[in-house]
Amino acid sequence: MRRRWLAAVAVSVAGLLTLTACGGSGDKAAGGGQSEQKKVEVFSWWTGPGEADGLKAMREIFEKGNPGFTFYDAAVAGGSGDQARALLASKLQANQPPDTFQGHAGAELQGYIKAGKLEPLNFLYDELKLKDVLPQELIDQISVQGQVYSVPVNIHRSNVLWFNPSVLKDAGISEAPKTIEEFIADLGKVKETGKIPLSIGSQWTAVHLLESVLLGSLGTDAYNQLWTANADWSGANVTKALENFKTILSYAGTPQEDWQPAAKQVADGEAAFNIMGDWAYGYFHNPAPGGLGKTSKTDFDWAASPGTDGTFMWLSDSFTLPKGAPNKDGAVAWLKVAASKEGQDAFNPKKGSIPARKDADKSLYQDYLAWDLEQWSSDKLAGSIQHGVVANDAWRTEINDAVGLFQQDQDVAKFQQALIAAAKNSGQ
Amino acid sequence: MTRVRRWLPGLLLVTPSIVAVAVFVYGLLGWNFTVAMTDRHDEISQGSFVGLENFTGLWDQERWGISVRHAIVFTVVFVGGALVLGWFLAFLMEKGVRGESGFRAIYLFPMAVSFIATGVVWRWLMNSGTGERAVGLNSLFHYLGLDVLQWQWFRDPDWGMAAMAIPAIWQMSGYVMALFLAGFRGVPDDLREAARVDGCGEWQVYRYIVLPMLRPVTLSALIILGHISLKVFDLIVAVSGKQIITDVPAIFMWTAVFDSHDPAKGATIASYIVLSVAVFVIPYLVWNARKGKRS
Repeated sequence: MRRRWLAAVAVSVAGLLTLTACGGSGDKAAGGGQSEQKKVEVFSWWTGPGEADGLKAMREIFEKGNPGFTFYDAAVAGGSGDQARALLASKLQANQPPDTFQGHAGAELQGYIKAGKLEPLNFLYDELKLKDVLPQELIDQISVQGQVYSVPVNIHRSNVLWFNPSVLKDAGISEAPKTIEEFIADLGKVKETGKIPLSIGSQWTAVHLLESVLLGSLGTDAYNQLWTANADWSGANVTKALENFKTILSYAGTPQEDWQPAAKQVADGEAAFNIMGDWAYGYFHNPAPGGLGKTSKTDFDWAASPGTDGTFMWLSDSFTLPKGAPNKDGAVAWLKVAASKEGQDAFNPKKGSIPARKDADKSLYQDYLAWDLEQWSSDKLAGSIQHGVVANDAWRTEINDAVGLFQQDQDVAKFQQALIAAAKNSGQ
Repeated sequence: MTRVRRWLPGLLLVTPSIVAVAVFVYGLLGWNFTVAMTDRHDEISQGSFVGLENFTGLWDQERWGISVRHAIVFTVVFVGGALVLGWFLAFLMEKGVRGESGFRAIYLFPMAVSFIATGVVWRWLMNSGTGERAVGLNSLFHYLGLDVLQWQWFRDPDWGMAAMAIPAIWQMSGYVMALFLAGFRGVPDDLREAARVDGCGEWQVYRYIVLPMLRPVTLSALIILGHISLKVFDLIVAVSGKQIITDVPAIFMWTAVFDSHDPAKGATIASYIVLSVAVFVIPYLVWNARKGKRS
């Protein structure tokens, strides 16, 4: 009898301990940041090859310049930061922010800004004279009512047309199409040769295509207008752009699983064109197993996507200063490294992107990145939809839904109505 | 004292699991419903009570209608397919196939595979390329000279979700077979004998004796498959990711919470999923309880 009692007590105590253990560990992690003032918690989702190396290079510069602080890497794995951002939101809501966190510069941060979770960084921009070295248009596009809330570390380009030179030659096309009309004509020519005119991946790559087609059809000013308070999504020019999108989609091959298989169709000579961001360069160019090991200019080539020459559609990773950061001085020291020429030139060649600063060391950036950097310092700028610059998360998801529905019913009028509604509902 | 001694140890033993279930299942379920009834449309704000507004508002969204329709098509094809195939396999086993235990293991094995692994394999098998670019099953059809059978699989706008149910049927029909086989074995031989003596043909024995006696097994199988089907998420993510063309409520919930960052909408969709599963499960529980009382 007594033994049974003992067993029962033991089991129930063990069970209760497991229950309380769940609660206990959370508190401990939260308290750690406050007790140790010298630690700087840097929250990011840079854990993949290339990006993690870049972060490490910046970390070395930070630790050399700031012996009083220790760098604490709070990176959460998961591409494009889905999981990192879910964790971040719960930390911010509980008022236990990290010292600094990564976010896509632009509208993606607006929810945090509206909720008053971020400190404006104008003082840092003034102190470091960042307004002189970052493009003015970039600063305008990431400002909210005259305040800047993040420091851009790198720049990726969204509007790139990748193509296979020999497939184009077989179709009798001598150079990359300059306008949307030329592009549509070229797609028709490729179709006659039996190759896939335009390769495409899963649903989000269609949204990526849409942003390039919108920019190419509307022109830079009208495109940028769409994301301001006096936007007009119902105009005839938007209808025309969506008609173009429909025509271009009609030349697309069978949707592939993601952007890589779609890009591969171009590299393998099965398809002629693909519109994808410049991360595709690393995939084409890097040796196997990470990439395809192709030679640029012969196996694959690139140009600005049709109708967008002279405009750089950008997206950017940036760092912020949350309100109530436990170690504000440490966070500011980190932001200074992230904003510096030295820091950006250490990070970007490894990540395969270009620095946001215009005064970067050009010799570090070769081949595609050299072209990219040159365009960055001379082009007009427009922000990406799919990659969180111009539309906040809710708006972007609604646009994604509208594109997914449009892929099925091909109804331009309904598509435009959905986009008008999305702009209205976004609350941006 | 002796009385207490009798029930207290037992109670202590189950207390941890009662507490865990109360907190982590019913507590969180309740919390989900309260979030669904607020206007907490971003992660930072607290949100205030809005009643059932989110529940009615959801039906105005085209995507919700599509995902519900997809879930229904998937459920009908999957549950129907797995029941019919599982019953048929059990029927063959019951008729006495040589090496029955071997076959039983073979048909049961897919259950040991996770839906993610199944999805990855079937994503390739159901590749939508046709003609020269055919891969997977489409290229098998090509080699067999059955090019007419090539189709878009899950990318077909009308019947894509029926194709999506094929891997699920493949995975679960062995389990249904095991259930039915146990059911078949539970039908006493003397009952069948009696029917035969009374002049029943073999078909009539099945129609009037065996099938009615399988009703409880069929019901259990229906409930188990039905709730899997309404919650389906991993299989679809592995095959096609988050795309409208294969959207179901669980995927919609995922994008609402993690892409739109709209907890109230996500909680609303989650509530609908729970309610739809409850429609299956609660009548079953009631029926079970009544049966328990009767016996």
